[in-house]
Amino acid sequence: MSLTPLHAIFALMSLFTVGGAVGVVLNRNLIYAAMYLVLSLFGIAGLFILLEAPFLAAVQILVYVGAISVLITITVMVTRCVFCKEPPPRQLTLVAVMAALVMVTLGFVIMTRFGGLTPAADVPADSIEQLGVAFVNPQAYLVPFEVASILLLGALIGAIFIARDDLPRDEEAVGGDDHA
Amino acid sequence: MIPLHWFLLVAAGMFCLGLFGVLIRRNVVAILMSIELMLNAVNLNLVAFWRYLAPEHINGQMFAVFVFAVAAAEVSVGLALIISIYRNRDDVNAGDLNLLKW
Amino acid sequence: MSDFVIFLIDAAVKAVLIIVGLVLGFAYTTWLERRFIARLQSRVGPNRAGPAGLLQPWADALKLFFKEDIMPTDADRIIYTLAPAVTSVPALIVLGVVPFGGQISLFGYQTTLGLADINVGVLYIVAVTSIAVYGVVLAGWASSNKYAMMGGLRATAQMISYELAMGLAILAPVMMAASMSMSDIIDAQQNIWFVFLQPIAAVIFYITILAETNRSPFDLPEAEQELVAGYHTEYSGMKFASFFMAEYMKMIAVSAIFSALFLGGYRFFGLENLLGGWMGPIILFVKIVASLAFMVWIRATLPRFRYDKLMAFGWKVLLPLSLANAVVTAVLIVLDIIPSFA
Repeated sequence: MSLTPLHAIFALMSLFTVGGAVGVVLNRNLIYAAMYLVLSLFGIAGLFILLEAPFLAAVQILVYVGAISVLITITVMVTRCVFCKEPPPRQLTLVAVMAALVMVTLGFVIMTRFGGLTPAADVPADSIEQLGVAFVNPQAYLVPFEVASILLLGALIGAIFIARDDLPRDEEAVGGDDHA
Repeated sequence: MIPLHWFLLVAAGMFCLGLFGVLIRRNVVAILMSIELMLNAVNLNLVAFWRYLAPEHINGQMFAVFVFAVAAAEVSVGLALIISIYRNRDDVNAGDLNLLKW
Repeated sequence: MSDFVIFLIDAAVKAVLIIVGLVLGFAYTTWLERRFIARLQSRVGPNRAGPAGLLQPWADALKLFFKEDIMPTDADRIIYTLAPAVTSVPALIVLGVVPFGGQISLFGYQTTLGLADINVGVLYIVAVTSIAVYGVVLAGWASSNKYAMMGGLRATAQMISYELAMGLAILAPVMMAASMSMSDIIDAQQNIWFVFLQPIAAVIFYITILAETNRSPFDLPEAEQELVAGYHTEYSGMKFASFFMAEYMKMIAVSAIFSALFLGGYRFFGLENLLGGWMGPIILFVKIVASLAFMVWIRATLPRFRYDKLMAFGWKVLLPLSLANAVVTAVLIVLDIIPSFA
């Protein structure tokens, strides 16, 4: 097996991904942990590009890096919990052994079942168009797509309702529409 | 070309780190971040399998897109809960949130 | 392998040219802004350093280079240092997908003017602008200063809010061109610019890019009267210059993107093929300068928004309007009432 520039890029992106994940898990300063999370998510976007899914890479950066991680960062800042005392972890050894066991099992399955597999075929040139068509095709993903949009709407309203500050405290303020 | 198991091993490593983080961290925000790691590992697996086993069917990418949508919903509601809890209890450690425990 | 080496050199040269162009552009955008706004306010503006003040940017740069670099005692050293870099990077890389011209031939070597014309170019632009917010919020937080923190949080809320309307406004040209590649969008405007076919989307996009680059009247994150300059209050010397530079480079970049999406990019009804294709970059340059001058004009004309008005405008006016525009465009394209240039 000859090493190509692709392998170097893969190694770099994997380093970002796994190194970032280590940083997230082990860093006690939550802002740093959030920044490591961003690094890890960028690594994933890079791996998506290597897997010839540029659309997903862009969406990964847009959704995960541009929205989700920003939200997490702001929550860390707003809850002023960057340096708040986190009690020391309990059962560290047990958890570490468990995670290592899961890793060994997964690694074993991957190596025996999928070791050395190379792509079956080339990615069709119109894969992004296929993706778009599948979203609105009733035979394919139209219903899940609509359900996902309703889920997002529900999450939007729910998040606003839960996080808002000026919830009515007394019966008077609730308003008279739906008195049972 | 990079063999499939490289991608799968990176994803497995990321998943296990996320699992480790979920179990070991006490801060709710940190737990949420670890869950994001696990979701991303799953996404990487989905896309890698799509590319190597069935690039002519779009299903793998499609599932990854749905994971994005669900993750966005999960994080927004989760963080709203965390902010609300912080406002009421001044604390975001999972071990101390035991109001419903007896 | 030699193909790969040529590809690498080609890409590296173009990337360096884009970065040099942006940095030089930054220097002379400050000059343009100061001279032009002085004219609008019946002043003269900087005119001492060189003819018509043309050496003023270099004098400013020298001053900032040699200023003392101060770091607050309580600042988070790593993030405080990282934030200016994080702010500059998106501004530098966002132009990678915008074509600057068609095919040209240089010493017998054929190449396209433009770094990477990827098929998800528009999505790349939206993604890169969405990460620009990190630099601002981290700078505000790392300074451990209340004003800086407020400025950073304001900037974050503003950028996230206006990003939605921006994405929906971009959708209109994408649907018209039936492609997310910037060069396809430019090619679709050979006969008529999208600014005439999609005036609402164009206006919304222009407003949102003003908000994304923190330009007046949306310059609340750096409101000097309220927040003593917001997130970069504690920064000095070269670190401050990086924030300044990032803002102006973003102005240039979004002007180029606006030109590509709505003003036909480097094309001007066939004129771009003159001079062996080298007319294209000149046409784009003229469009960018016009857009920058318009931004300065707006700054001289409009007062700053109040913060709640800004949020209300973004969520209650721009977002529904851009959503309605996207839906109407989609319906009209499906009904074949307006053409899609697929």
